[in-house]
Amino acid sequence: MENGRYGIHGGQYIPETLMNEIKNLEKAYEFYKNDKEFNEELDKLNREYAGRPSLLYYAKKMTRDLGGAKIYFKREDLNHTGAHKINNCLGQALLAKKMGKTRLIAETGAGQHGVATATVAALLDMECEIFMGKVDTVRQALNVYRMELLGAKVHPVETGTQTLKDAVNECMREWTKRPDDTLYLLGSVMGPHPFPMIVRDFQSVISREAREQILELEGRLPDVVMACVGGGSNAMGMFHEFINDKDVRLIGCEAAGEGVDTDRTAATIATGTLGVFHGMKSYFCQNEYGQIAPVYSISAGLDYPGIGPEHAYLKDIGRAEYVPVTDEEAVKAFEFIAKEEGIVAAIESSHAIAHLMKIAPQMSKDQIIICCLSGRGDKDVAAIARYRGIDLHE
Amino acid sequence: MSRIDKIFENRKAFIAFITSGDPSIEKTKEFVLEMEKAGADLVELGIPFSDPIAEGPVIQDANIRSLSAGTTTDKIFEMVKELRKETDMPLVFMCYLNTVFRYGYEEFCSRCEEVGIDGLIIPDMPFEEKGELLPITKEHNLELVSMIAPTSSERIRMIASEASGFIYVVSSLGVTGVRSEITTDIRAIIDEIKAVTTTPACIGFGINKPSQVSEYTEYADGAIVGSAIIKIVAEHGENAGKYIYEYVKEMADAAHS
Repeated sequence: MENGRYGIHGGQYIPETLMNEIKNLEKAYEFYKNDKEFNEELDKLNREYAGRPSLLYYAKKMTRDLGGAKIYFKREDLNHTGAHKINNCLGQALLAKKMGKTRLIAETGAGQHGVATATVAALLDMECEIFMGKVDTVRQALNVYRMELLGAKVHPVETGTQTLKDAVNECMREWTKRPDDTLYLLGSVMGPHPFPMIVRDFQSVISREAREQILELEGRLPDVVMACVGGGSNAMGMFHEFINDKDVRLIGCEAAGEGVDTDRTAATIATGTLGVFHGMKSYFCQNEYGQIAPVYSISAGLDYPGIGPEHAYLKDIGRAEYVPVTDEEAVKAFEFIAKEEGIVAAIESSHAIAHLMKIAPQMSKDQIIICCLSGRGDKDVAAIARYRGIDLHE
Repeated sequence: MSRIDKIFENRKAFIAFITSGDPSIEKTKEFVLEMEKAGADLVELGIPFSDPIAEGPVIQDANIRSLSAGTTTDKIFEMVKELRKETDMPLVFMCYLNTVFRYGYEEFCSRCEEVGIDGLIIPDMPFEEKGELLPITKEHNLELVSMIAPTSSERIRMIASEASGFIYVVSSLGVTGVRSEITTDIRAIIDEIKAVTTTPACIGFGINKPSQVSEYTEYADGAIVGSAIIKIVAEHGENAGKYIYEYVKEMADAAHS
């Protein structure tokens, strides 16, 4: 990577008002990422607060019942706050603190990143404001209350499609109003450089651990490493340390919504085209005039019309493959893993599990899959019940 | 001498912004001509975008009204082509980079030249990223307007020294919109710009009163007004023409006196 570019993707396409702040962040990160004290502090928080390392769990029943490859789950759902989001939030909030910032703002889709941000803000004694699409505040009402409980102020965003992309728009607007004391704690491997790099680095703890764990358990590398992809932070974290292991297949699972041949989809790689949006050059769901398309997925966390620039690059060079998974497939996977393994997985992660259910039976018994179980699904139970026609509200 | 250079020759400039296609493409044409009649020296034509991250609520709503009315980049090009038959006033596009990128840099700039657009203002393309578009704009005689913000500090000289056409000086932090008070020391920013370039510097964001225009044009080369005009369109819709004329007249007179 050079100047924040991944091939042709990435860059810093943001208003001039934010340029100095983005440069400051870049400088601060370049310094602290090699700072011993910073890394020790972060490591301590990861271990003693977030509960790392997360388990690499062998799913014996699923392996048996799918009848193919050996299945391992990287259990990010067991982290404090119930998802991988905490990895990035601890890192960025600590960085913000070192930079002298006193206030964190963040976007959230499903609410997981908002909860994680509110959590670290409480822990590190910082002010916190969360921007969340109004539609998502309804879909994930419990998480809104959770954030408020943690001391954050939640702003329902009523512009545009009232989902994740609009929450990002509003965060960018808010950041241009008050850049001095505020860090925009971006939740995914997207946005202007250095965010895609910073978020990837903090999330790479997932694959650093998983690589060591599988070598210890199996004495060999996995054949497939997979994860769900919206903006792509858990996938980037899951892929990163395996990128140089050329024999490891990397698979990202996008939200196809009602199908990639409908307009009710959020599968960026399958249906998107090259564009410049939210500070980065990458692939986006958009029309011929570059208007960003309203996207749809049952999963609020994958309901985003773009994908991080490094994923776009991995796709371009053929290092990673990206596959679409529908709502229906994801819901079936959600139900399957609950009954098989006694794990209620996030509907986001269930997209990866759905694809795993397709490929595992076609693989041989001596092959290994590691799938990132990026979050737990308590937040989704009511929505899945409603999807199945049960009138259940939180 | 280009159409843009000419407006700064003898006097301070009043620059007006309007979102194309709000409430309709036909009306935009009429409003632009009203603004010219009222004394506007240059008009920025906004191309509506689904996600205008640098805009406040007033212009966001105008973008939605325009897109809902079916406005497209091609329809705007057609409108400008017609408009050019009736006016020689400089016209620039204010648009987000994705609009230009999706159309194709070469295709977009050559269409601009063909219909008589004089320049581009792209709020999400900062100094560091302009390299991919600048040579193409030059080839098609378009000015790529540079923006300078209250936070630019040591970047001011870097940006100003390479600027051409005019410089858009953002008066305040945050997004576009009417403000009751502007606290930035804009004068200091203008002084720093003047130290490195003769390219005219115009102030925008938050301006809505003739007294502000008078004050800023004492030291800057022009004042830019957007949200206040869009508010008139929002209020009067298709009948906004005469209200726009009255308002722009008052504001332009303040710049010219």
